[in-house]
Amino acid sequence: MSSSTSFDLGGIGAGFADPSFGSQAVFRSCLEAISRPGTLLEVESEAEVPKGAHPAAYSLLLALLDQDTRLWIAPSLEASAHGAAIGEFLGFHTGCRRADTPCLADFALLSTGRGLPPLEAFASGSEDYPDRSATLVLQADELRDDSGWSLTGPGIRGRTRLAVAGLDHAFLAQWAANHGMFPRGVDIFISCGRRLVGLPRTTRIEP
Amino acid sequence: MGALAKADPELLESTMSAHAHTQFTWLRRPETGLAMVRGRIGGTGDRFNLGEVTVTRCVLRLAGGLTGVAYVQGRSRRKCELAALADALLQDASMHDEIFRTVVEPAARAQAAEDLARRQRAQATKVEFFTVARETGP
Repeated sequence: MSSSTSFDLGGIGAGFADPSFGSQAVFRSCLEAISRPGTLLEVESEAEVPKGAHPAAYSLLLALLDQDTRLWIAPSLEASAHGAAIGEFLGFHTGCRRADTPCLADFALLSTGRGLPPLEAFASGSEDYPDRSATLVLQADELRDDSGWSLTGPGIRGRTRLAVAGLDHAFLAQWAANHGMFPRGVDIFISCGRRLVGLPRTTRIEP
Repeated sequence: MGALAKADPELLESTMSAHAHTQFTWLRRPETGLAMVRGRIGGTGDRFNLGEVTVTRCVLRLAGGLTGVAYVQGRSRRKCELAALADALLQDASMHDEIFRTVVEPAARAQAAEDLARRQRAQATKVEFFTVARETGP
């Protein structure tokens, strides 16, 4: 029996029913999220999501990863009950490679709470190639757009509100440093269930 | 798997006809790509890249949870689907013997016959080179 994968296929869920249209639709949502920071979007996807992953975060990675990208999954997430399955699912469907350290990753899947590495641990690109920075996908327990931080910057008319459960002042200080590095810096997508919000490096966050 | 991968699509279609309506879901729809084939001269020499071969692969899951994988030569999606289906059914203990007898063995026999015919054709054109040593006079 020949197989390209060395793990048990039994638990793998189906990916997009139609890989091109499915990933295009999710890509469209990503584009919308990153061009209107702080706006909560619903990500439509019929992909079977492994336990422990948010549908929005998982389908986003399913759409964006390919064999040329390196994914880093936070150890805290990977050590969870279903964590290892997330990496196996993504590896099977996208053929992505895994990064050993955060600084080598093109994409990272994280969750709020303990074990969240500082933003400066990730590649922020160079002055000549700011696009060689990491894109972080952060799973949060709760997202609200009627309280919390005040966001300003490109793509936001006036200001908008955003509250992310589990992100504290330490994150805001890291974000200020990330914002100050422009054009370098990381971009973050925060997911909660099917909902997604984008935080590009250009967005300013005030508590 | 080798027998299924190299099987004639029409043969597979006829031998799998009884199982072709088994319900399944796609985990990876059939997709066609290239795989590099490597060879060794005489089976023992240095490895070299012989050339690329067109390969179609797919993964499906039966309603019962069994997973079938197929990597087949050529671009036939239908053949890939049938081979994966056969692979999944082979893992079902109650179906294994039947599938092996009705699908895998005929495919393997057809390939052995084809292989033999090809060898015979090649053998008929074989030329033995030899040198007649000059006889040395007294």
